[in-house]
Amino acid sequence: MDKIKIAHGSGGQYTYQLINDVFVKHFDNPILKKKDDSAILPRKNLRPVFTTDTHVVKPLFFPGGDIGKLAVTGTLNDLAVMGAHPAWLSCGMIIEEGFAIDDLEKIVISMARTADEENVKIVTGDTKVIEKGSCDGIFINTTGMGHLADSINFGVNQLESGDKILINGNIGEHAAAIITARQNFDIRFKTQSDCACVYSLIEKLTDELENIKIMRDPTRGGLATTLNEFVMEQRVGIKIDEEKIPIREQIKGFCEPLGFDPLYLANEGKFITIVKDNEAQKALSIMKSHDLGQNATILGEVTSQNPGRVILKTTIGSTRVLDMMSGEMLPRIC
Amino acid sequence: MKYIDEFRNASIIKSIKNKIQTEFDGHPVNFMEVCGGHTHAICKFGIRDLLPQNINLISGPGCPVCVTEKSYIDKAVKLAKQKNVIIATFGDMVKVPGSQGSLKDNRQTPDNIKICYSPMESIQMSQENPDREIVFLAVGFETTAPAIASSVIQANKQSLDNFSILPGNKTMPAAMEALLQAKDVRIDGFICPGHVSTITGTGIYDFIPEKYEVPCVISGFEPVDIMATIYQLINQINTEKPKVQNQYKRSVRQEGNLKALRAIEQVFENSSAIWRGLGEISNSGLQLRPKYKSFDANKKFDIKIETLQDNSACICGEIMRGAKLPTDCSLFETVCTPETPEGPCMVSSEGACAAFYHYQK
Repeated sequence: MDKIKIAHGSGGQYTYQLINDVFVKHFDNPILKKKDDSAILPRKNLRPVFTTDTHVVKPLFFPGGDIGKLAVTGTLNDLAVMGAHPAWLSCGMIIEEGFAIDDLEKIVISMARTADEENVKIVTGDTKVIEKGSCDGIFINTTGMGHLADSINFGVNQLESGDKILINGNIGEHAAAIITARQNFDIRFKTQSDCACVYSLIEKLTDELENIKIMRDPTRGGLATTLNEFVMEQRVGIKIDEEKIPIREQIKGFCEPLGFDPLYLANEGKFITIVKDNEAQKALSIMKSHDLGQNATILGEVTSQNPGRVILKTTIGSTRVLDMMSGEMLPRIC
Repeated sequence: MKYIDEFRNASIIKSIKNKIQTEFDGHPVNFMEVCGGHTHAICKFGIRDLLPQNINLISGPGCPVCVTEKSYIDKAVKLAKQKNVIIATFGDMVKVPGSQGSLKDNRQTPDNIKICYSPMESIQMSQENPDREIVFLAVGFETTAPAIASSVIQANKQSLDNFSILPGNKTMPAAMEALLQAKDVRIDGFICPGHVSTITGTGIYDFIPEKYEVPCVISGFEPVDIMATIYQLINQINTEKPKVQNQYKRSVRQEGNLKALRAIEQVFENSSAIWRGLGEISNSGLQLRPKYKSFDANKKFDIKIETLQDNSACICGEIMRGAKLPTDCSLFETVCTPETPEGPCMVSSEGACAAFYHYQK
């Protein structure tokens, strides 16, 4: 099987070949095909929105996705939760010498397909190859651009007591799939990453609702960390009802013996939305009628009590603080 | 059967809560949960929120990471720095601060410290890396001892000469007795560790009601378990008949797990042990029997170390004896956080300080 050589990143013949045979072939769009140093994008009369994200994941291929899909959905979702319509992507790759070209092509095909489904074009890129042992297979940076309608202005400063908090579905799925694949656990239920672009659902919400306060995707650090980010240094707090948090029994069962708390597990196809009280039910029904929101729930509300804090009403009727994740989650001894 | 749901059933908990409220006479009592798993569960489920004011739950020395002495971490760090050594360890050990930082701070190469769920994984590591020395950090109580013993037995069977353990296992009864004798704090009842008891059986606590007249209830880790345990303790106080009760019958048998006990007995013998915060307690540790001494990393490697004193303001010792609460510590939440733990109680999620930090601050 052909492997990536240092020469593939040197800028010469090999690089040219790799770009043509893999990247241009699959990303396939007129802007990229020009092979200019930069992509010139058409003018739009809307505010440009701009974000970047670097993706490192182990294993590179996991149930429900791969690093390529993740590199596209991750960046597009960062645009989407701002209410922005994603349009363009760049793709920067750092590849370890000796990486199988077949695997690279699989990853690129996955990126192309995911972007295509969202009608997003990958218009510029860069490839570097580094010596064997200097990185773990492949790292991918994607920068995304989108545009934002003037009517959309999310911000935590708009949160007020009574606002309702929604999530579009089950939590913990991505991290459980990654952990299972990484540790080679022999478990008897299917884990699958929820890795998906969420813009199509967000577009419906922004089209039909007037009072969306904020959205964010609870990736690393999970639901608990994102909720804390909303109220940190704010004059409001959040109260969450544990019973309303959508989570599969299997994921609960997976977390218990391993000592993980699903509220801190990463998600890749979920977003939290806070809306004004009077639009909560409408938001919920929009979510539930979309493929990406079938298990959506209203899981809590913004409160004037406990400013800066997230309080969890537990399933057993007690309350406690729900803190941010600190450090890395490590399995307990016993 | 959805095991978790049944033991987190709100209406059952409410009925136990009401019973406690009716039968508790209101005079202050201190119940110590010995096990770190209980400390974690009590905070996570907000159990204190459900109890009458004068029932105080105090945390004991049952978080395995917390009681591991600093010199042990220093030895592990020193070993980790040796070129051909791979340290295999349970997850939360990597964060415990030693004199020269934690294991995590001393990661030399991407693979010199490996986190395991089971000590058996370190046997596999030894087989797969014949040119490396694998050292498993043997910490924990009676709960982890059987699996560690089994790994030593396996290593012996397979004549694995690149496998060893750094012995640090501790046993509960002598530590509980030390707490009763120290009288730092009045203990009116013990919430006894469920997992330890699953291995040992119920007999190890008999001396507590007999000699000290303190009630003991072996408890499971779900909210229904803990509430029922507290109710049983109140009941024992009311009837003035201290005894050992087993609330966690679905896991704990009177005689314990005989196979596991045999493995411990085969590989380990009792020794005195130093408990971080409590000092040296005789008969509270496990060391390898002479037959298995070749698997003792202390023997295999030259690990002389110089251990520095803990931050003088850190009160982990008093917290582990139940004499103080994490919130009594001047370092809590300011200097000492889960990211930058000063003392071991802030490291593991089972440590009293970390549990308070995450769930109760």
